[in-house]
This record gives sequence, structure tokens and C-alpha cells, in this order.
Amino acid sequence: MTAPCLEISDLSATLANGVRVLRSVSLTVEPGEVRALVGESGAGKSMIGKAVLGVLPPSVRIAEGRIRLEETDLGALPLKARRTLIGARTALIPQDPLTALNPSRRIGPQMTDRLTKILGWEGAKAEARIRQLLDEVHIREPERVIRSYPHEISGGMRQRVLIAAAFAAEPRLIVADEPTTALDVTVQKQILRLIAEMQRDRGTAILFVTHDLGVVAKISQKVSVLYAGKVVEEADTPALFAAPQHPYTRALMAATPRYTDPMASLKPVDDAVLAGLAAEIADADRSWRAPHG
Amino acid sequence: MADPLLSVRGLEVALPDMTRKPLFGAAPKVQILKGLDFDLPRNSVTGIVGESGSGKSTLGRALVRLIEPTGGSVAFDGRDITHLPEAALKPLRRDLQMIFQDPMSSLNPRRTIAAIIAAPLKQNGMGDNLRDRVAEALRRVGLPENFGKRYRHELSGGQRQRVGIARALALSPKFVLADEIVSGLDVSTQAQILTLLEKLAAEMGLTVAFISHDLSVVRRLCKQVIVMRNGMIVEAGPTDALFDAPQHAYTRDLIAAIPLPEIDPAWLDERPAKVTA
Repeated sequence: MTAPCLEISDLSATLANGVRVLRSVSLTVEPGEVRALVGESGAGKSMIGKAVLGVLPPSVRIAEGRIRLEETDLGALPLKARRTLIGARTALIPQDPLTALNPSRRIGPQMTDRLTKILGWEGAKAEARIRQLLDEVHIREPERVIRSYPHEISGGMRQRVLIAAAFAAEPRLIVADEPTTALDVTVQKQILRLIAEMQRDRGTAILFVTHDLGVVAKISQKVSVLYAGKVVEEADTPALFAAPQHPYTRALMAATPRYTDPMASLKPVDDAVLAGLAAEIADADRSWRAPHG
Repeated sequence: MADPLLSVRGLEVALPDMTRKPLFGAAPKVQILKGLDFDLPRNSVTGIVGESGSGKSTLGRALVRLIEPTGGSVAFDGRDITHLPEAALKPLRRDLQMIFQDPMSSLNPRRTIAAIIAAPLKQNGMGDNLRDRVAEALRRVGLPENFGKRYRHELSGGQRQRVGIARALALSPKFVLADEIVSGLDVSTQAQILTLLEKLAAEMGLTVAFISHDLSVVRRLCKQVIVMRNGMIVEAGPTDALFDAPQHAYTRDLIAAIPLPEIDPAWLDERPAKVTA
């Protein structure tokens, strides 16, 4: 059996004051699989993505646990080797394409940079690859986009450019951090289709961070539900929607609006559910002590 | 329609296009709303939906005269308010209230919550029994009276939006504009805020223009819906009819694009079409 593309085991992270932001998180992403991380704000879903990419904010410290990319334990590598490995094997599709792109440079050179850095490709070879990638993300006039500045193209188009850039160096794993949250619903659907298509064609694994259970249902095969930095439920996506086990998952589903059943949706989360969660979190923290080091 | 609260005829709004403004001189105007006709019936919530750039927020601002229309008319309670000067509008402001998307930027950081809710009461000649009125406004949105002593930054996103609602409803207005009031809130908080608005609108007999990009939310809250695109009305009608049998292809696309929280393997299967930059 091959190793998972990504394996996170018992990952805990704390702030400088000792407050835990991730609580013994364990999950795997198999090659070619999309795993959704779903939760509300402060659940730690983006934090997990950042930990994988090695870009945690300086105030957050990994206290315990392991992150493996295929066979390699990231924690065991020296910083430079770790960065090189993460750069070669992974990529990010960010939420806001406008801040992820340099506003004062044309799209083309920003995309070739990555190919140069990771694959050592330059000049015509890199440019041809960029043109091919833009074609694969269904942009009709790649030449025009290559010559454009980020502000000259629409939000949906920018997100296509970043998807192309993420897949450019053929990563094994992509972290998609709320990639459609800022988009209109019709554009969101196009972008989700595009990510699914690129991912299926290449067998890329994706860790897909989202707050939207609707997006989870459409894009993922596996799902981890997070609350306060803890995985409260983990399941195959169809199983989660067929029979959610944790009261919080059920509450989230009941709170999510659906036009097909307006009166049964949009239910505020019951106080008893929140009290149960608080007890669960307190319990987890009682049996946990930050290792020194 | 019999005796609507707001009646809009041929509404046009043109705004300066700052992206094409020359270094010196005025920016050229761009037509945002292109001749809208509709009525908002009394005591009911009307949804205004559309994607970004459709003109839904501009429409909302024109309804409460935050911007002056460049053409057509807006009648409020039978009175033409399209070009009323600010002084003549002032007595009507009490009845035309609004709740904004981001309460963080619409609440003064230096004033207590009580002072924020009291300010419009004082301006509108309801300054007597101020303490009781503020306490009542807070109670109505499910906040204890001592919340009045707090400041904006001490509140969660959901609590801030409750304050936004309390401030708008403290004046017992006839009309409330709610512009994307739950974007940016978590789903659990969103459900609380929307069910609160739903309850208060029914209790107080409010006429609400509920602007949203989320059709699922609109279906739950609104009695009728207006679908906008590129500054025009694509389709309008009673909510159930619009969802059950959408007449316009754009409405059908909008509804089909909503990712429902249920498994549907076919949803992603269509191959995307080419798009032009």
C-alpha cells in the first residue's frame, strides 16, 4: 500500500500564551482524493492548511504532532530542505486572488516565476507551458491574459489564473483555502467544476478548506468537521450527509439554508449543542499537557 | 397592486465611473440602473437578488434616498420622494431605516452601544424616556440591557448585527432596507439573525427590502422576489412561483448554481465552457 499523500497525526498548536488553537488533529489525504475541512470561523481549518504549507503565523507554535508529505516527516527536515520539499510537492489556491497576485506585474511573468523556481524552466519553454495551462483552465485568449495586469481581468478570471498557477508545477497536493468564497454563485460553480476537472485529470490530492457544507457536498470525497481546532467528526462525504453523527454536524446542517426546504433549514444552533461542545473541548484539554520544548 | 408602500417607476441611476476619470475634470457617468418598475407591498419582505454588479445595492440606496435618482420616480407612502431636498426628507427618515452588511463599519467605535441606539431617537424627537426606549430596543433583539454599556469591539459579529437591527427598529419605521446583512457571518449566527429579522418584521408589520446574493435565504424570508442583472429586472414575482417555475434562463442558472448541502454527483459533471477575458 502506498503512503497517503498527506498524513497529519495528533497535531496540536498553541499561541504564545499557551492557548490551544489546534487540538490533536489527525487526518489523511490519499492520492487523487479531495478532503474537505469544514467549520465556522475560528475552527482552525485555515490553520491546518497553513501548517501543511509551513506558513503558520509567527505567533502560532506547533506543540505536538507530525505532518508527513508522502514518506517524508516535515518536522524531521531542516528548514531549507523542508521549504524546498513543500514548494515542489504542494501548492495553494488562495481565497482572494487579488491579494495573491502582484498588482504591478503582468500575469505571464508571475506565472513563469514559479516554473523557473521549482522546475528550472525558463524562456520559451516556460511560456509555452503557461499558455497550455491557461488553455486547460478554459481561458479563450491566453495571450491577452498573459499580457494583462491583475486588475484588468475579472475576479473569476483571476481565480482561473491562480488555479492554473497552482497546477503548473504538477504538485501532488493542493491546499485550496476557501477558493470560491469571494465569488458569485454562478462563477463559483464554474470554478468548482474546473478544480474538480483538473484534479481528476491529474490525480492531484486536495485539502479543501471551506465554511460551506454545500461546497463540501459537491467537491469532496472525504470530510473533517472542525470546531475550536478539534476534529469533531470525520467521514466519507456521502456518509456524512446521509447520517451525520456528531450533534454539531447535525446543527450545522440544520442551520444551512436550502431553497428546496426553506422551513426546515436556517435553524439556529441549539444551546445544548454548544454546551456539549464546550464540555468536549474542556475534556480534551484536561488530558493534554503541552510538551516542553 | 393595491396601495404599495414604495412605488418605483422608470428608476434610473447614473454614477461617476472613477476607473475612467481623467486626471483633471469630472469622471464620465455610467448608467447603473436602467429604468426599473416595481412596487413593494406593505407589511411584507421583498427579496432583491442578483450577482455582484447587478445594481441591487445601488437600488437599495436609491429607495432610501442615500443617492438621488437621475431618472424616474420613487414614491413612499403615496408621496414622491425622488428629488426631495434633505430638509424635506428629514421627517421621513424615521420611517426609512436601514441595516448594513458590515456592522463593524456602521457602528461608531468611540460610543457605547446605548449611545449608538439613542442617537437616531434623539434626532427624531423621541428623546423622552430614552433609557427605557434603548432597553426595549436591546430586549427586542435578544440582548440584555447591560449590553448598552459596551463598545463595538467588545461584541461578536452576530451581536453587532443585532445592534444594527436594534438601531434601525428603535424608531418603529415603516420601511427597512436590509443590505446583505448576514454576509460574512457564520451559518449558525446567520440563522439566528435571519430568524430574528423574520420574527420582528412579522410582529412589527415592517415592509422590508431584503437585498441578498443568497437565494436559499431569500426563499425562506421573502414573500416576493426581484431578480436583477446589469441594472435591470430580469424577473419578479411571488417567491414560490419564482422558485418552482422560473421564467427566465438567468433565474434558472442562478438557482441551479446554488450548491445544496446534499450529494449530487451530476452537479459537477458538465464540462465548463470557454470563457473570454
